[in-house]
Amino acid sequence: MSATTLARNVGHAFGQNRLTLVAVAILLLLLLCAAFGQQIAPYDPLMTNGGAKLLAPDAAHLFGTDALGRDILSRVIVAARLDLGMAISAVVLSFLGGLALGAVAGYFGGWSDRIIGRGMDTIMAFPLFVLAMGIVAALGNSVLNIIIATMIINLPFYCRFARGEVNVRREMGYVEAARMGGNRSLPVLVHHIIPNILPPMMVQASLNMGWAILNAAGLSFIGLGVRPPTPEWGIMVSEGASFIISGEWWTFVFPGAALVLAVFCFNLLGDGMRDLLDPRQRI
Amino acid sequence: MFVWKRLLGTLPSLAGVIVVTFLLSHALPGDPAAYFAGPAANAASIAEVRNKLGLDQSLPVQFLHYLADLAHGNLGNSLTTGQPVLTDLIQRLPASLELTMFALIFAVTVAIPMGVWAATRPGSLIDHACRATVSAAAAFPTFFVGLLLVYVFYFLLGLAPEPVGRLNEVLYSAPPHITGAYTIDSLLAGDWQVFRASLAQLILPSISLGLFALAPIARITRAAMLQALGSDFTRTARASGLPARKVLVTYAFRNALLPLSSVLGMVFSFLLGANVLIEQVYGWQGVGSYAVSAVLASDYAAVQGFVLMMAVLYILLNLLVDLLGTLIDPRVRFEA
Repeated sequence: MSATTLARNVGHAFGQNRLTLVAVAILLLLLLCAAFGQQIAPYDPLMTNGGAKLLAPDAAHLFGTDALGRDILSRVIVAARLDLGMAISAVVLSFLGGLALGAVAGYFGGWSDRIIGRGMDTIMAFPLFVLAMGIVAALGNSVLNIIIATMIINLPFYCRFARGEVNVRREMGYVEAARMGGNRSLPVLVHHIIPNILPPMMVQASLNMGWAILNAAGLSFIGLGVRPPTPEWGIMVSEGASFIISGEWWTFVFPGAALVLAVFCFNLLGDGMRDLLDPRQRI
Repeated sequence: MFVWKRLLGTLPSLAGVIVVTFLLSHALPGDPAAYFAGPAANAASIAEVRNKLGLDQSLPVQFLHYLADLAHGNLGNSLTTGQPVLTDLIQRLPASLELTMFALIFAVTVAIPMGVWAATRPGSLIDHACRATVSAAAAFPTFFVGLLLVYVFYFLLGLAPEPVGRLNEVLYSAPPHITGAYTIDSLLAGDWQVFRASLAQLILPSISLGLFALAPIARITRAAMLQALGSDFTRTARASGLPARKVLVTYAFRNALLPLSSVLGMVFSFLLGANVLIEQVYGWQGVGSYAVSAVLASDYAAVQGFVLMMAVLYILLNLLVDLLGTLIDPRVRFEA
């Protein structure tokens, strides 16, 4: 794809779908919060204030305060780093792991394909969130293990996708040519096949990000991984849940809205990227 | 013949699931012996517990013991309730199944008409509205939707009952245990008041749970319907002057059902997982909330029992969907 067609496609994807532009704006905002959260936040996210418990949103506290008098806006902003960090690390790990396993299975076939395929089928035989819970329970209750669990349950999607993409390219002319030129299997795979399957894999990854965020936040909502008082959206929603009955809605609505915004942003970005890279899939 | 083949086909999945749950409980970091021996244990008593639990034997031997235990329905004892894990799980399973089934019914009855409607008018305002609705529903975390619905329908509007679980035990007493599902048991007992009360408790949790499943079902219905409506046999049916309704339902929809049944596997995976979150929000006394407290209390046997039971349930549900698929489309029987 030359530079001009790329530019035209980008223009088309944005022009066609203004929502993609909105998603890019949200992404920038989220990344800003993740990078400079501590500096942007108006208050210290951990600072409790006995005199300012459960204040409704007002000019001083735009999102109100929680049961310990902490500023919810500051906590929501600072939490972006942990929430995005967990989801992005899990997605990157399953991307790399799935790419490696899928490429081996698709290129070499035979036993490696059967063993890897069986392994992925076994993961998929579980309801995925339940498996993630089981993994965290077995490995221990920590943020790192939430990332590992999220990575494992996402692995099959990348692995199967990479396997299929490699498998169809294995016999293509340019790969044949690379082999004829005297390249051994591994260089053919790494230099000739994998670069070509990266773009569709990237689309998968961005479509997968939203689900990874939901999964990590769900695990911390039930009390796994993140410990209080660490600001994290899932645990903040769960802390705020006890105030529904008394009507203090801001305690759970704002962190929940942050989650929705993040997931929505990545889902839209994924759709936008798919339109950009593979116009045929537009429906 | 097909049924037997399909039944045999579940065996590798079952074996894989059993190996994984075994590995999760036996081959991972952390010392269960030290944990079971309690905080006051010394090296000698830990060794004794290890010996008693068979944890000093090699992994293959432990695996055989594990298989023998499974064959006897022995999932170990729960540390928190003191009962056998299997008893605990079976006692709580009907609550979770009832919730899951209602959520599935909600998702299917809303999403399928939406998908069909959108497919009959592609590119129209209705199509876009359907797509926007399901995309938005897919971005909302299940637990957050649950809480929002409680806030709006219980706190603000007062339409829904207090989210205290399956039945407000202060006002009503549970129906006699037959199936374990309160709505069914109360109907069997002819107790309309309890039926209405337990149904009222079910509405919000099942909507929150089913909402996320709208997106995959509506999308696949729309895509499958578009394909079926654009195919030659539909054109022929239309050209022969069949009524539009018959073309839509008998010709197009029946053919769209098969791709739909293939997405149900993903929907079940999601429903069984998100059940845990919804049970937490609504104080539902099912297997999910049992598993959450077990995880938080490091109650290994209970968690592994839960994971195993959910996986087996999931495999069985997929099997059921596949078998139903053969009823819808006889071709499947011969392909296998």
